[in-house]
Amino acid sequence: MFKQLRPAVSVLAFMTLITGVLYPLAVTAVAQLALPAQANGSLLHNAQGAVRGSALLAQPVAGAEWFQARPSAADYASVPSGASNLAPSNPALAARIAADAQRWQAEGQGAVPMELVTTSASGLDPHLSPAAARYQVARIAAARGLPASRLEQLIEQHVQAPLVGPAVVNVLALNLALADNPSLVPSE
Amino acid sequence: MHSNDFLLILAFFALVLIPAPFLGRYLYRVMEGEKTWLSPVLQPVERLCYRVAGVDDEREHDWQTYALALLAFTLVSLLTLFSILMLQGSLPLNPQQLSGLEWTLAFNTAVSFATNTNWQAYSGEAQLSYFSQMLGLGVQNFVSPAVGLAVLVVFCRGIARRSSNSVGNFWVDLTRGTLYGLLPLCLLLALFLVWQGVPQTFQAYVTAHTLGGTDQVVPLGPAASQIAIKQLGTNGGGFFGVNSAHPFENPTAWSNLFEMAAILLIPAALLFTFGHYVKDLRQSRALLACMLILFSIGLAGTLYAEYQPNPALAALPIEQGASLEGKESRFGTTASALWATATTAASNGSVNAMHDSFSPLGAMVPLFNMMLGEVIFGGVGAGLYGMLLFVLIAVFLAGLMIGRSPEYLGKKLEAREVRLLVATLLVMPVGVLVFGSLAASLPGPAASVSNPGAHGFSQLLYAYTSGTANNGSAFAGFAAGTPYHNLMLGLAMLLGRFGYILPILAIAGSLAAKTRAPVGSNSFPTHGPLFVTLLTLTILLVGGLTFLPALALGPIAEHLTLFQGL
Repeated sequence: MFKQLRPAVSVLAFMTLITGVLYPLAVTAVAQLALPAQANGSLLHNAQGAVRGSALLAQPVAGAEWFQARPSAADYASVPSGASNLAPSNPALAARIAADAQRWQAEGQGAVPMELVTTSASGLDPHLSPAAARYQVARIAAARGLPASRLEQLIEQHVQAPLVGPAVVNVLALNLALADNPSLVPSE
Repeated sequence: MHSNDFLLILAFFALVLIPAPFLGRYLYRVMEGEKTWLSPVLQPVERLCYRVAGVDDEREHDWQTYALALLAFTLVSLLTLFSILMLQGSLPLNPQQLSGLEWTLAFNTAVSFATNTNWQAYSGEAQLSYFSQMLGLGVQNFVSPAVGLAVLVVFCRGIARRSSNSVGNFWVDLTRGTLYGLLPLCLLLALFLVWQGVPQTFQAYVTAHTLGGTDQVVPLGPAASQIAIKQLGTNGGGFFGVNSAHPFENPTAWSNLFEMAAILLIPAALLFTFGHYVKDLRQSRALLACMLILFSIGLAGTLYAEYQPNPALAALPIEQGASLEGKESRFGTTASALWATATTAASNGSVNAMHDSFSPLGAMVPLFNMMLGEVIFGGVGAGLYGMLLFVLIAVFLAGLMIGRSPEYLGKKLEAREVRLLVATLLVMPVGVLVFGSLAASLPGPAASVSNPGAHGFSQLLYAYTSGTANNGSAFAGFAAGTPYHNLMLGLAMLLGRFGYILPILAIAGSLAAKTRAPVGSNSFPTHGPLFVTLLTLTILLVGGLTFLPALALGPIAEHLTLFQGL
């Protein structure tokens, strides 16, 4: 075995150089040159250049006038991210969903969409199904004094429907559209 | 299920199966030292590696020397990774100024990555520096599957060679597998992932001022390069704590499809590599048929179970459909169930949804896949050598039934090989049932479960199954980061890795030394539907039956409580 130690140490050192240093550096170089926006976290900036968030991470916004993202077991913490890990048989899951469903029912019509009462796997799920976004339209329309059709239209514009996955809307994109578009600002 | 769900499943199978024959042939040429189209670029690098290491690449070794080299390499890997994790506070590339890990956690993580398990008792974005991720975990992500690949080709050579003492050169197999096999595929996948939105930067984390007026820390890092090898090398250790459920680790339905296909890409191709070694591709197709049967049954089971509404929520005023607790909207139920099946069929262990919140039977399929020893495609190299063990057992059983001495592809199986085969059959039961029941019966370790009732037992069972099977996925509510579980799961991982590798190298050595009898009309054919059926049943009965009582106490009991109100 001792005879094997020299090749063991040197092969590991060599592989560390190739796969641990050169490989990530090469990927970083290409990524930063060709795809800088994605490579740096898909950050969204305001007119002054300050970072408002990442297009890929959900952020909590309190208030009836905003679209609410899916509930987060880790309270939208990004370091570290986390899930509820509640078993389907855990009474705590049913109790939490019952309480949330009651709250949601006060604002929308019909059965509460599944996404709005279940926590996501990452706690940072930036998306909702179009149905779960539409469920919030009545509340937001009332809070903003806007016609519901205008919000429905906004949701339609933001639907992403990939061939190999469910249709979703990005909640942060919806909220930024509400914040930035003067025609959507509440008419006091 | 909608049309996009069926399209996803179809695209997944196409991406795994269509490249397999070509990639399999390429990997055969790589592992046999033939010239490939990448040789002009990579050969100088390869030569340099041998020169630095003082390796004579023309010289092959017997199986004992091969095993010693493999053990020496793993030992050096373990010590190096352990030291990096302990000392990361004083090492460079640490913009978040994270301190070193506690020693049992460092031990667990070092074993986990050196054995291709990639169990995460840590949370990457909160506990590991960029240095630890890249030069520590990232490197093991490459070399640990290359070790699995090396062991597989030794087994293949054992069957293919006649009256030979040598089985290959470990350093050459390791180097060629990494440079020609894994590296080029990773470059392609990493860039695809960046395009889809996975970060790849050395910047420190960014603080964002959100619409809600609060601050949000945006974690970054060289993630794409690591996630590519995490998937392709059947590693599974995420850059971020929640693994491929994290929007940065797996941003879109398309990144999800490619990450999922990457899990099984190389394991499926290796079936054809094996066929080229034994000069009989019918053998590859028979093994592929068996794997596809088991995979499809598992997938159908998980999908069916996950689409059932949770009866505990039936009285609530919510949409009555598949539960999305612990699942991401952009993947939905189908992609979550498909990933869970693929990641445990292989020894990958990455997740895009939380298995802890799956329905009882939906989570039992991943658990059962691992208990079988991950032979349905399986890990890089490890899956197929596990499958070939079952093939030898099936051949032995068939030999007993028809009353003639068992042989596989012209190689006679004798007492020595059968004894070693039986030894490998003990690995999973010892790791899962002995270690698992030990943890369940000690009050301290048993307190790590986070859900009440039968599901709590499932959490513990899943942890020890995942560790022994070198998978790495978890019922993540289980508090695995205690010193007891860190050490015991570390031991289970070592048992699961070397409890297979050492007997396999020994079997390969003894097979290589035998002459190869011509396969005649009297031999039991190992490529027809009869053999595929026999093999499938052998896997289910010999591999699976042992665990039925444990499954009855965990997921089956939970299912009955939940659905029948028992």
